[in-house]
Amino acid sequence: MPAVPTVEATMLGKLDWSAIPFDQPIPLVAGAVVLVAILGVLIWVVVKGHLPYLWHEWITSVDHKRIGVMYILLASVMLLRGGSDAIMMRIQQAVAYQSQGYLPPEHYNQIFSAHGTIMIFFVAMPFVIGLMNLVVPLQLGVRDVAFPTLNSVGFWLTATGALLVNLSLVIGEFARTGWLAFPPLSELSYSPGVGVDYYAWSLQISGVGTLVAGINLVTTVLKLRTKGMNYLRMPMFCWTTLASNLLIVAAFPILTATLAMLLLDRYLGFHFFTNEAGGNVMMFMNLIWAWGHPEVYILVLPAFGIFSEVVSTFSGKALFGYRSMVLATMAICVISFMVWLHHFFTMGAGPDVNAIFGIASMIIAIPTGVKIYNWLFTMYGGRIRFATPMLWSVGFMVTFIIGGLTGVLLAVPPADFMLHNSMFLVAHFHNVIIGGVLFGAFAGFEYWFPKAFGFRLDERWGKAAFWFTFLGFFVTFIPLYVAGMLGMTRRMQHYDVAAWRPWMIVAAFGMAVLTIGVICQILQLVVSIRNREALRDRTGDPWDGRSLEWATSSPPPVFNFAFNPDVRGEDAYWDMKARARQQSLEHDAPEYRDIEMPRNSPTGFVCAFFATIMGFALIWHIWWMVILGGLGAFATFVVFAWRDHDEYVIPAEEVARIDRVNLEERRSLVSMAGAI
Amino acid sequence: MNLLDPQGPVAAANSTILIDSVFIMLAIVVPTIVAILAFAFWFRASNSKARYQPDFVYSGRVEMVVWSIPALTVILLGGVAWIGSHQLDPAAPVPGTGSPVRIQAVSLDWKWLFIYPDQRIATVNTLTVPAGAELNFQLTSSSVMNTFFIPQLGSMIYTMNGMVTKLNLRADNEGKLKGLSAHFSGDGFPDMMFDVNVISPLAFPDWVAATAKTDAVLDEASYKKLMQQGIEKGRPAYRLEDPRLFDLIANQHIPPGPGPELISDAGRPHSGGHDAR
Repeated sequence: MPAVPTVEATMLGKLDWSAIPFDQPIPLVAGAVVLVAILGVLIWVVVKGHLPYLWHEWITSVDHKRIGVMYILLASVMLLRGGSDAIMMRIQQAVAYQSQGYLPPEHYNQIFSAHGTIMIFFVAMPFVIGLMNLVVPLQLGVRDVAFPTLNSVGFWLTATGALLVNLSLVIGEFARTGWLAFPPLSELSYSPGVGVDYYAWSLQISGVGTLVAGINLVTTVLKLRTKGMNYLRMPMFCWTTLASNLLIVAAFPILTATLAMLLLDRYLGFHFFTNEAGGNVMMFMNLIWAWGHPEVYILVLPAFGIFSEVVSTFSGKALFGYRSMVLATMAICVISFMVWLHHFFTMGAGPDVNAIFGIASMIIAIPTGVKIYNWLFTMYGGRIRFATPMLWSVGFMVTFIIGGLTGVLLAVPPADFMLHNSMFLVAHFHNVIIGGVLFGAFAGFEYWFPKAFGFRLDERWGKAAFWFTFLGFFVTFIPLYVAGMLGMTRRMQHYDVAAWRPWMIVAAFGMAVLTIGVICQILQLVVSIRNREALRDRTGDPWDGRSLEWATSSPPPVFNFAFNPDVRGEDAYWDMKARARQQSLEHDAPEYRDIEMPRNSPTGFVCAFFATIMGFALIWHIWWMVILGGLGAFATFVVFAWRDHDEYVIPAEEVARIDRVNLEERRSLVSMAGAI
Repeated sequence: MNLLDPQGPVAAANSTILIDSVFIMLAIVVPTIVAILAFAFWFRASNSKARYQPDFVYSGRVEMVVWSIPALTVILLGGVAWIGSHQLDPAAPVPGTGSPVRIQAVSLDWKWLFIYPDQRIATVNTLTVPAGAELNFQLTSSSVMNTFFIPQLGSMIYTMNGMVTKLNLRADNEGKLKGLSAHFSGDGFPDMMFDVNVISPLAFPDWVAATAKTDAVLDEASYKKLMQQGIEKGRPAYRLEDPRLFDLIANQHIPPGPGPELISDAGRPHSGGHDAR
């Protein structure tokens, strides 16, 4: 440390040329490829003149559907990044028997840390939040979420976090501590680099975004339901959205506080979690898992909701035991806060504590089991169409039960004493997160894609993607279960135990199969976009749906519904269709009214721009830039708060014109269906 | 390192509970999976023989059954968990033959130090124990967290700086086993595997005597050298100068081990783990 700060140190903080990993080809090349791709897209956008369109229709949009689509796009891009990490890890462990493999420890350790961080925070979270954003207001029969501009802010802050994580690839390093950055390893003494700072600041910034999204969706479900949409008439997905977002509101502040304490340790010499001066590591473990366990349910509850919608729609039946399902959802929501200690049975707590938390963890399996059985009985007596979303759902039910079994097993403390932190554990949580959350996200993607874009996805490629992913999952993760039973622990950069090796090779092969699944998914999108005219959904109701999102056109107009629908029971749209058939639907031309919608706002984007600057500056200790970024973000909000016009009016004639087209199509559908 | 090939009573009990729990759950999981596939297949839209019952959306009896099945399973497993947690509490002694052996294990960056305070010796990355004897472990860490785990002897436990955790094990059969750290601790983490030599109780005093003859002495100074970040390929052994060394480490009278040396001031420190490669 120089006594007098130099000009460079003042201007650039810790940043200098050594931050660029010129000696490490893999991140450098990967970073360069990404950079070229981004630049290419940007140039193409500018040259083709798409920039105004993107700016007005997407970047500044406060339409919940657009924001939902952008969330899902972000999640998909980050899935490729996290998936590349996974491929590199599986190859490393397949070759690193009695050798160093091709990844040195400091690189391998960054990869598994980034993989976990990205997959949870920047794939699973934005994917489910995106689907909730897209669908929930439609299902509730309303025109937008409660706080449209805040919604945009939430998305862009999440994107900021993702950007910072990716920036660490080429400037500096990412954390080498695992995805939860346990101290004291993550403290300044043992991780002096910027890796943990990248980790912590990107999660702090995106965490604000997630909290905002959570508040927004909770308010939307609680306050903005259409006429007659009682709580017990809401589609299951709205219930799970409510539960999941209540968990976000309750749990994410814990994460923010915990990371704030870690950052205080690192930046200002505090001693919350250090070895010295009375810091306590066990406190961090408790706090991070007090967020971390609910987080699992934040992710999987919306997936449960998606499966409920899909199984019911494709079985041609209402959801079996709807009230039971609601009860199960809310039970999971509450109990998930009371089980965090099962993540560290091996820390030496007494047998009473361990046993109580073990049993509490098992109790969650009861409502979860009930859900499985209710989906089962929804299929019973149904007329099941095996479209792609339904394949994902049945695949989920089979896969998730196995993950549930191993999960309950890990909740038995004496069994966990052998399996904690092992490859068995790795296999377990991939079993529930891939088999639960990712399958759910894909089911939702296939199911609601026509609603968002007005054309269906190609079924053949979709089914191929399902089968490769489904089989690839088992070929990858069953070997990891076995390796765990053979005593293999997680995060091994190399190993000398011959018995583990064949399983690592099989797992790498499984990863290849999974990769084919992802490629099929991409091809499905490409093929479907090409054939979009043939796949066009003119009715707005391609799956013979049951809930209100299918009552409007695909894609829905910006105002969603010309009239807020009147709900008279569960499965609102199914009832409407049934009544329409009986009454042969010909009612009078409705009287259209002007609709007020929120204006677009660049607040979210500008705020995130400054947040990115501030985050980057904080990571590199460039204090003047921190102040600049902070002031900029604050000023953005001030400007927004003093805005004069926050709504614009869509005139009644325009509403009428848009709605009549929709009604025509729908009438022809209903009369056709009535004829059958 | 197969968990299903236990070499001591703790591992045997752990793996019995593990297998029992799996079978208890399989009893409902297998029928459920079969039912899912069967229902999905039979009620496919193209099967004209399947009866379409769109109004079958509630049945009190079915609800009763679907809440009971998982509840009963959890009650059964909860009993297993409660009894198992108490019987297999890592802090509870595991009776054995002969006098118990006290071992104080310290996780260092990135090696294991085993101190035998009563025998006044210490070893690195090799744990030698007599078969059949009660083994009382006290564990701590010189710096970051690790987990002490010998898969075939059972229960693992965290090591943390400034704290002491307890673990009791017993090895029943002579032979060579492997142990490892089960909690990621930095660049040298995969090299924290250690040998476990289970020798006959008669040979144990001889081994102690032979080890005590070494010239290397473990005291505060040599310990501080040992706790520098790095990998230990050899298997050094020491005479223990001060039997209270472990307490000095656990009480932080000896300050925690240092982290990596910071060569570059920028984002990517060069860790002390260069010999890791």
